[in-house]
Amino acid sequence: MTAVEFKNVDIVFGERAAEGIRMLDQGASRAEILEKTGAVLGCAGANLAIKEGEISVLMGLSGSGKSTLLRAVNGLNKVSRGEVLVNEDGKLIDVVTCPPETLRRLRQHRVAMVFQQFALLPWRTVAENVGLGLELAGMPDAEREERVGRQLKLVGLDQWSKKYGHELSGGMQQRVGLARAFATEAPILLMDEPFSALDPLIRTKLQDELLSLQKTLKKTIIFVSHDLEEALKLGNRISILEGGRIVQTGRPEDIVLRPANDYVREFIANVNPLSVLTAYNVMRDARDLEDAGEGWVWLDRRRTTRFKIGPDRKVVAAERDKQQATWVACSQAEKPVEPGTRPVYWASPGTPLRTVMLAMHRAETAPVALFDEGERFVGAIGVRDVLQAVLRRQPD
Amino acid sequence: MDPVTQLITAWKIPIGAWGKAFFSFLTTNFEWFFDGIARGFTVVLEGLIGLVLMVPPIIVVVLVALLAWYLQRSVKLAIATAVGLLFIINLGFWKETIETLALVIAAAGVSMAIGVPVGIAAAHRPWLFRILRPILDLMQTMPTFVYLIPVLVLFGLGLAPGLIATVIFAIPAPVRLTHLGITSVPKQLIEAGEAFGATRRQLLWKVELPAALPTIMAGLTQCIMLSLSMVVIAALVGANGLGKPVVRALNSVNIPLGLEAGIAIVVLAIILDRVCRVGERKAS
Repeated sequence: MTAVEFKNVDIVFGERAAEGIRMLDQGASRAEILEKTGAVLGCAGANLAIKEGEISVLMGLSGSGKSTLLRAVNGLNKVSRGEVLVNEDGKLIDVVTCPPETLRRLRQHRVAMVFQQFALLPWRTVAENVGLGLELAGMPDAEREERVGRQLKLVGLDQWSKKYGHELSGGMQQRVGLARAFATEAPILLMDEPFSALDPLIRTKLQDELLSLQKTLKKTIIFVSHDLEEALKLGNRISILEGGRIVQTGRPEDIVLRPANDYVREFIANVNPLSVLTAYNVMRDARDLEDAGEGWVWLDRRRTTRFKIGPDRKVVAAERDKQQATWVACSQAEKPVEPGTRPVYWASPGTPLRTVMLAMHRAETAPVALFDEGERFVGAIGVRDVLQAVLRRQPD
Repeated sequence: MDPVTQLITAWKIPIGAWGKAFFSFLTTNFEWFFDGIARGFTVVLEGLIGLVLMVPPIIVVVLVALLAWYLQRSVKLAIATAVGLLFIINLGFWKETIETLALVIAAAGVSMAIGVPVGIAAAHRPWLFRILRPILDLMQTMPTFVYLIPVLVLFGLGLAPGLIATVIFAIPAPVRLTHLGITSVPKQLIEAGEAFGATRRQLLWKVELPAALPTIMAGLTQCIMLSLSMVVIAALVGANGLGKPVVRALNSVNIPLGLEAGIAIVVLAIILDRVCRVGERKAS
């Protein structure tokens, strides 16, 4: 089910926005539009569907249009052309054209927002800030106080409800911001670089908290970030924006393994692929392995290890260096190999690449075999597969 | 005379005549309106003044001192206020002080009642502020005596013209400061309100006004002090109060009377300034 969908969204700011749109259609660049009309191209031709319950990260450098696109969802930024659809009880409502009362209803009940600089009202206590959305929606006091109390407990600030924002640390203030957004029980959450104003340790902590809250709350979260590590950690899907356009959308490992262009490649250059990749991302499929005759297949290109595969795709026999091999799970790779044995390590597709590499190191670069839950053989990882993935090289 | 000057002065723009025509138009057509305003203010204010003067001064002093303590939570200020007022009683200006206080409070009240909504409207409509700004400049720079003349013509002698002249002089402060307060509300606070579904009215009452309150209160303080600075001018057009003895002293070259009345005004000014600093204390 789609929670939010952008359809051909163009956002142009400035008094001569209409002219800017016309130039955009004629293929003018952002700089040309700015020079000719003074209009700023925020976002162009954005198409993106966000599924219910997923964390979708919009990534890009500052000025790439990621915040602009996010703020179109609750109408803080006016969309010049296109549709922004928000799901309300199964019906998709276009926030660009809907009447103001509908937009207000969506803001009160469907879409909540967390701001980069927290945006807490300084004359209100923590509890009064958390209750803001409920108060605006006209909820009776008793019900509101009960719900505010619950939200404060959720973010661990119930002791601080009578304090004012400036009495709290940055991390605590953003927890208040989170509680304020959770309080409306809106299923869609917009987060505009919520953690970038915090110091790194607090940032990591809040990311972890968000992930653990998300396990139970299952919100649809659109998260804007300029930090790829953060995006890879939080995102089920990541969209990379450049100059107001979405240049690539995909799962974190897609972005890392198959960058769409040089901009994305530059972005991921400093990311440690080991923090994203799993065995599944780097394996060669069992069907692509080299046939060794009589039902055997080679697991690696150097022909050191081979399996005999039964008709149910289970392994009947395993040989390494022409001798029978012993099975060891990758999770056991921390322990040294027993002398005199020839281990073949095995893993499941979800095993982190880091663990696979450790196993490979123990087995003196022998390939690692992958099995699914039914113990069926699905593929193998050789040294070259690992090196290609880490260095982000395509097979020659 | 050189020819250029001759050319320029050959035809004089009849600004004065236009102004006169405008004001006589007002007096002939709207006399009932201005008279009504004048009478209304005079009746209400004089009634209030009479009421306060019936109470023994010492009780009023205690009440004002308590008010000072309530607003500023300072025992020192409360005592100083009481001492100041007792000093004024000793000088024999109690009645005049109450009259002046009434005028100042009424002028500040009227100025705020008009100025704050106008300031809010101007903050939301940049075109309105562009129109207002030269008018506000005019009201503050035009010498008071100049607009005192038409005010006299329209409202006659007494308390009302004093009040109107004071309001004209004091009202730019709340307009400007309300405008400043509302326009400098951080954008992200407005957006927080909008993002959680505030109506325009909710945005004003729950976000903009609370955020602008310290600045608006600074406007009130300024307004009160500007009103007080008009007491002598108000006395010129017949308003009672501490300005009266000053004018009388000036006319009769009476140094002792002038000095005493002047000191009473200063004491009152200091008390008002310290007691009314509500906004500034909260803002810091």
